[in-house]
Amino acid sequence: MFKKILIANRGEIALRVICACRELGIKTVAVYSEADENSLHVRFADEDVCIGPARSADSYLNVPAVLSAAEITGADAIHPGYGFLSESAYLAEVCEACHIKFIGPAPNVIRLLGDKARARRAMKKAGIPILPGSDGPVDGEEKALKIAKDLGYPVIIKAVAGGGGRGMRVLRAASELSKALKTAQREAEAAFGVGDVYIEKYVERPRHIEFQVLGDHHGAVVHLGERECSIQRRHQKLLEEGPSVAVTEKMRRKLGAAVVDAARAVQYTNAGTFEFLLDDKGSFYFLEVNTRIQVEHPVTESITGVDIVKEQIRIAAGERLSFKQGDVTFTGHAIECRINAEDPDTFAPSPGTIHAYSVPGGPGVRVDTFVHSDCTIPPYYDSMIAKIIAHGRDRQEAIARMRRTLEMTVIDGIRTSIPLHLRILSDPDFVAGRLNTAFMERYLVDKKPEGARLAEAV
Amino acid sequence: MEFDDIERILELMHQHDLSEFELEREGLKLRVRKTGAGYAPPAAPMQMASIPAVPLPGPAAAASASQTPSAPEPIEEPALDLAVVKSPIVGTFYRSPEPGAPSFVEVGDRVKKDQVLCIIEAMKLMNEITSEYEGELTSTYVENGKPVQYGERLFAIKTS
Repeated sequence: MFKKILIANRGEIALRVICACRELGIKTVAVYSEADENSLHVRFADEDVCIGPARSADSYLNVPAVLSAAEITGADAIHPGYGFLSESAYLAEVCEACHIKFIGPAPNVIRLLGDKARARRAMKKAGIPILPGSDGPVDGEEKALKIAKDLGYPVIIKAVAGGGGRGMRVLRAASELSKALKTAQREAEAAFGVGDVYIEKYVERPRHIEFQVLGDHHGAVVHLGERECSIQRRHQKLLEEGPSVAVTEKMRRKLGAAVVDAARAVQYTNAGTFEFLLDDKGSFYFLEVNTRIQVEHPVTESITGVDIVKEQIRIAAGERLSFKQGDVTFTGHAIECRINAEDPDTFAPSPGTIHAYSVPGGPGVRVDTFVHSDCTIPPYYDSMIAKIIAHGRDRQEAIARMRRTLEMTVIDGIRTSIPLHLRILSDPDFVAGRLNTAFMERYLVDKKPEGARLAEAV
Repeated sequence: MEFDDIERILELMHQHDLSEFELEREGLKLRVRKTGAGYAPPAAPMQMASIPAVPLPGPAAAASASQTPSAPEPIEEPALDLAVVKSPIVGTFYRSPEPGAPSFVEVGDRVKKDQVLCIIEAMKLMNEITSEYEGELTSTYVENGKPVQYGERLFAIKTS
């Protein structure tokens, strides 16, 4: 087992990893930018190293600085959290070269699944249902037109090296293709360094369903069920829940088994999430694999009782998974709200100092956060300041629990998305479980027509 | 509440030498505070408020108890004249080009712009740290072979 883990991240996920390490008796090293000098993850780690100025590229994304910090503190493993360097095959490789364990999949697996077109091909080969589309990058406008015609409009153009909603365009007619193709390629080149794009059938108003997997280095792979993350704005999830009202036990067993097989086929190890679209006819279509722990992992932890971060650490340390698929049970229903430091109506960021902070406890409430009274939210990083997770015996109780928790939460000094979350929780469609990825449109101040550009996510 | 009432409250405060007064009743909340008086924090639930926001010390256990003895104080001089060289990277600090060789610079030396002051080793790469300033080296803050983090104070140079 590791003696010391360096956490290459910040905020609530850095604290989350510190929690797991403390419970396992492992020492921790926090790295921080100058903007995070007083942040909680720095306080609660056993050691800390300042690795750069506020700008992420110079600090949290700075591989030499992170590795150097691991070197001078003698860390034997690095947990990358989510975002930042968590899906960097480069970091994983450098760790390998320096004999530091990267807590995540192998570099070649990260690379394979990080390339959207390659991932699609690998999943198709493994028997995972994928959205019909071009089998590789699109080669010229004429080919693109033919592919789109065969698929039938609407179609979506996506960057091969992209993800998280960036570099995408929906097309509804052949007349839109030429311009959209050129723009998408240009954007992809600018954002990801690779201008290749592929085309997929576009599913209208799908649900976003994702499966959590864990694989050890001894060939064992399990799935921990699904999460529904249809409540999104510009591909940023706002509220997640599990299980999904649209997934029956039969569907879960079937797709879960397929996901496990696919993970085995690509030799997936450590934690990962397989994302799908679910259409209104009950068909799943593969979206992408996230080769890291996800923000919404507490939803799964709440209903299965599995500590996913601890499992990540154990797996990376070479231990066998301590449970089999048959041991995995799902109890009750969990909902997570991502509390953002934003105006609840305009979504404008609201950094600043929190001068009063209080979240109620009570049964079935979990809070993952790095904020506290008198702390200052810096403007340099994403706006999520807390995750509140409510668990209940059923969906109704989880909703009621979340509602009363948010109503009794005090965060003064900045604006938060809590009023928006409360609106969502009282929405009749939400309460009835009638969800799809267009759900959030009802709250947008300036509604843009769907055919227009899907704005990039952070 | 009438303006007269407020005037009377102010007078009462002055008479009884009160620094703060708060009144709350239906439809109204009034708080009056004399400037210069100590600030009484609002009565909001503040269990976490006792965590002071003090900057943390540099790399903890790695640096062990022997922090450099030539710690701070030349900084009492007018800040205009004193430039502090900070580490631009994370790594291990070396004062000389190789073990046994004389240090790049010693306290009292005159240093020029772009002169090499030290080496910081990061991931087996030796990075030469050069001076942005010209002047007299008045302090060194880190012992040879000790780890340094980004922004850590290395030297002070009196520019004049």
